[in-house]
Amino acid sequence: MSYIEVKNLSVGYDGVAVEKNINFTVGKGDYLCIVGENGSGKTTLMKTLLGLNDPLRGQIIFGEDLTKNEIGYLPQQTEVQKDFPASVQEIVLSGCLSACGLRPFYNKAEKALADENIRRMGIEDLKSRCYRELSGGQQQRVLLARALCATRKVLLLDEPVSGLDPKVTASLYELIKDLNKEGITIIMVSHDIEAAVKYASHILHIGDELFFGTKTDYLKSSAGKMFTDSKKEVN
Amino acid sequence: MDKLALYMSYPFVRYAVIVGVLIALCSSLLGVTLVLKRFSFIGDGLSHVAFGAISIAAVLSLTNEMVLILPITIVSAILLLRTGQNTKIKGDAAIAMISVAALAFGYLIMNIFSTSSNLSGDVCSTLFGSTSILTLTKGEVALCAILSVIVIAIFVIFYNKIFAVTFDENFARATGVNAGAYNLMIAVVIAVIIVLAMNLVGSLLISALVIFPALSAMRLFKSFKSVTICSAVLSVICALAGILTSILAGTPVGSTIVAVDVAAFGICALVGMLKKG
Ligand SMILES: Nc1ncnc2c1ncn2[C@@H]1O[C@H](COP(=O)(O)OP(=O)(O)OP(=O)(O)O)[C@@H](O)[C@H]1O
Ligand SMILES: [Mg+2]
Repeated sequence: MSYIEVKNLSVGYDGVAVEKNINFTVGKGDYLCIVGENGSGKTTLMKTLLGLNDPLRGQIIFGEDLTKNEIGYLPQQTEVQKDFPASVQEIVLSGCLSACGLRPFYNKAEKALADENIRRMGIEDLKSRCYRELSGGQQQRVLLARALCATRKVLLLDEPVSGLDPKVTASLYELIKDLNKEGITIIMVSHDIEAAVKYASHILHIGDELFFGTKTDYLKSSAGKMFTDSKKEVN
Repeated sequence: MDKLALYMSYPFVRYAVIVGVLIALCSSLLGVTLVLKRFSFIGDGLSHVAFGAISIAAVLSLTNEMVLILPITIVSAILLLRTGQNTKIKGDAAIAMISVAALAFGYLIMNIFSTSSNLSGDVCSTLFGSTSILTLTKGEVALCAILSVIVIAIFVIFYNKIFAVTFDENFARATGVNAGAYNLMIAVVIAVIIVLAMNLVGSLLISALVIFPALSAMRLFKSFKSVTICSAVLSVICALAGILTSILAGTPVGSTIVAVDVAAFGICALVGMLKKG
């Protein structure tokens, strides 16, 4: 039994499908990369997995003691207004909310978890800073820390490195790799096919051509060849 | 000062001060959330709806207006916050639509059916706040106090949830927080506050009570907690100063409070600028 099993899933908006017949499974400890062109429906798929969008058809089955709210999520874009007053600590702590249930306040363990994740992301010195005054890369770390507070099992990341410089990108990838080694299952949307091939264990390619399989199978497949070929052309 | 002490010895003045402070406190608490959710004008819209409801109640000559006003306002609040999530009808347009429609129909109904000899006086007092805050009965004060305590309790208990839903609704929903229920709760609470506050400042000036303390606090502070606390404190101080001034100087209560709020905002904006530069 796998963590998440997706069967014949169609995703889209208002009854219009963006992508049809998606099939894949994610097992415990997997590192799945979702690749595909702009507009192919990667974010839509993510939102459907999270229950923010309703699936048009098909099923998403959560197995093995994984419930829906044990998923941490790093959105592609957060629609946070420019003038929102919120400190880094408040935001990271808000990741613990679903663990709170109906309890009104955070307990010691949750506060400790937030501190722990802040430390892990290397943003301790930003702890009491205002979120909106941080740089894009710093904001990304804050949101990743928040996502880590929400889960110990599965992390969904939608283009976590977009807009980050190469150095920060590399360190973020290393960080995600370490999290994966610690046993957290990663599902990541990325345009960075090179990194996908380097770090992922499985690859889901969506777009005109659907592919799901292990990394090695992907490199042999036609979808994978297309990508690697286009890379050669660029180089 | 003597004059003030003398006035304070009258129970109706004390009632007015108590009620004013409680309402100011309640409205400022949710103000931060509403401003950040881009619902600054919901106070305006809802109070106009309440105005429409009042005119219907007046025509039906109901003895207890509240039974009509509160449900109608709550339903409108729920509808407004619902459309706010649906990006196809922008929240501000929906609020503007409902608010002017309710205002027009309310005045129309009052004009056609009203038996009162002093129509424009009635309308004016519902729009700009009546002197009825100075004629509150013990029962009304008690009702207001109970509702305020409930509102404050709800805010404190759900503070963390309200923060999460305001900051990033999608993330909250994705991690299993029932954002819809909390939005509904915010809508109901804000409707109750509006209906309460109409007595104090009238339906045209309510937005001031909701947004000014929040905006002032946002000039000065950068975390949600400090902004919330600051806006509550500011709002209470301004309401107190406004009510006392209006008693001493004989100015209209509602507009005096709002004027003090505006002044406070000016000071906060200035301090905020100095801090930065
Ligand atoms: N809220 C929405 N309502 C209707 N259609 C939408 C909505 N959001 C996205 N779409 C459409 O769905 C399709 C897939 O969008 P999606 O955001 O999933 O793409 P993506 O693969 O994440 O692209 P990118 O690589 O640019 O992030 C696009 O054609 C887009 O126009
Ligand atoms: Mg996307």
